Amino acid sequence: MRGLLAIGLLALVAAPVSAQDPSLPNDRGVRVGITYTAGARARLVVLPGPGADSVRAIVQRDLDYSDRFEVLALSPGDAPGGGAGPVNYPLYRTLGASYGVEIRPDGNRVTVRLQDIVAGVMRQEQPFTLPDPAAPGFRMAVHRISDEVVRWISGTPGIAATRLLVLQDKRAYRVDSDGADVAVVPPASETVLSPTWSPDGQSIAYTRFLDGTGPIVIQRLGTGERQVVPGTETQLNFTPAFSPDGRTLAFARTDQQGGTDIYAVNVADKCCLRRLTVGRFADNLSPTYAPDGRRLAFVSTRAGSPQIYAMSSDGTDQELLAPFDYGATGPSNAPEWSPDGSAVAFHRDIDRAHQVFILDVGSRRFKQLTSSGRNSDPTWAPDGRHLAFISDRSGRNQVWVIDTETGRIRQIPLSGEARLPHWSRRLGGTAP
Amino acid sequence: MNSRSLLAFALVAAAACGGKKPAEQPAPAPAPATIDSTAIKARMRQDSINAAEARARAAADAAARAAAQAQAQLSAEVSALIHFDYDKADIKPEDLANLDRKAAILIANPGLKIQIAGNCDNRGSVEYNLALGNRRAAAAQRYLTNKGVAAGQISIVSYGEERPVNPADNEAAWAENRNDQFTPTAGGSNLMAPK
Repeated sequence: MRGLLAIGLLALVAAPVSAQDPSLPNDRGVRVGITYTAGARARLVVLPGPGADSVRAIVQRDLDYSDRFEVLALSPGDAPGGGAGPVNYPLYRTLGASYGVEIRPDGNRVTVRLQDIVAGVMRQEQPFTLPDPAAPGFRMAVHRISDEVVRWISGTPGIAATRLLVLQDKRAYRVDSDGADVAVVPPASETVLSPTWSPDGQSIAYTRFLDGTGPIVIQRLGTGERQVVPGTETQLNFTPAFSPDGRTLAFARTDQQGGTDIYAVNVADKCCLRRLTVGRFADNLSPTYAPDGRRLAFVSTRAGSPQIYAMSSDGTDQELLAPFDYGATGPSNAPEWSPDGSAVAFHRDIDRAHQVFILDVGSRRFKQLTSSGRNSDPTWAPDGRHLAFISDRSGRNQVWVIDTETGRIRQIPLSGEARLPHWSRRLGGTAP
Repeated sequence: MNSRSLLAFALVAAAACGGKKPAEQPAPAPAPATIDSTAIKARMRQDSINAAEARARAAADAAARAAAQAQAQLSAEVSALIHFDYDKADIKPEDLANLDRKAAILIANPGLKIQIAGNCDNRGSVEYNLALGNRRAAAAQRYLTNKGVAAGQISIVSYGEERPVNPADNEAAWAENRNDQFTPTAGGSNLMAPK
């Protein structure tokens, strides 16, 4: 048990603590919006105690990855008696901790308490039922504890109980937000592009890439049941995106004249295929819904190079969304609307290398988020402050997660070259 | 098979090979007059039959080789790649002769159908490249149909950056990977040369 705790602490130490993206020369009219101020975050300690060490280790790492706290790593001598007995507030006060998270095993449950170290009082207490540590749902159940603790402190749940879809060697994989449990999404025999989550996390949609053509398939993760999306049986259909209510799927579709246009189809009732754009020699692709479902951002080449536009969900009221200098600004692609609706993340070529940008939808101002290596295909965490994207900064294409508030950045290590990540919404207890 | 019918076969075979006269061969040495045996006559006749057969075979082989070569040449001209600049789908001047030849072959062979697949290098965006590849395939399609090729002879697909010719990650590989591939889907054998 003590060994497990040590492993948890090691994992914590191994995580990049202040790997801030180096700041940029401010010479392209781009505001670099992220500065990481060390020590500005509240200090939090996961209190030691008897038992439940694997739970404690997972929660501690989740709270670190939430980027909302400075999570203190305890030395063996810091908690005399192994944390049994009442909370030693003065001890943790001397360590500068504001919050203590107490986890006590109780049969097949754990009781979790939030201790206000400064005031010396307990703020929250809640029992959580956990599956057997060997059961497949164990880690997700622990992640949900972490997310609840974040909610107790900050008012907004954390993002530990989420997963990412990502391509490796043209197969779809899913991986927990902390990098654990990497698993191929069956069937492993298909060449997959553009994998995307349904809002409820129960299904995914993806392009089954055949010989230059391919339908979009919706697959239930729990049962493996698959259906081809109506209207995608011919041509190449790609970049599927669910509407926030999960009833509509927007996607891009090539035609035999060389154009690509965006369509939307009601996948709940399998009807009502509608064409949203009329390209006439231009490409329109990569639709992404605003959280109210009324607007879509998308990529269009109507002005020559691909740039980010927006339209109503019925295809009317089309407008340029991300400003660009005609003939000067590099291609811009892969937009994703943030969960709170205020921003659209995308990537843009700067000196022929993709960099991730965030556009503020209200002001139409944007900031460049990355500059180290090539960085592309951003996808939002459900908290709207974390983004995952593909970066080759380590020498090959991997998934990285950045906290837009602090600039802290971490890698989700995968064995292969990673492409096209998509972050799920928070996964409830029924997530497969 | 008796020798008479063998000879007949050899002559027919020679005639079938484009009707050309077999190459001149040195005449068989005249037989010594003093010896006149049935066995020798039979052998002489057999020798001349063998020689005629060999000539016919050689002519047939040469004709077959020439025909195969012509077919391979036509197939290679149909399949020859064309290339594109970064993030562009415009036909380059150096590919016009290549495309003109494809157009002539397609017009001479109305049964020939091809699929044009547009490809991209891996520096662009993964998903945008699927659209760009489609536009590249359509650029060649439009050029060919403008030259008089029937629209029904051409279909287009896009592989985006999914099928690189050269998997390396450098300028030369990227240039190779920005291409259109042309694959016969019907009527690709026994092509007629354009007049």
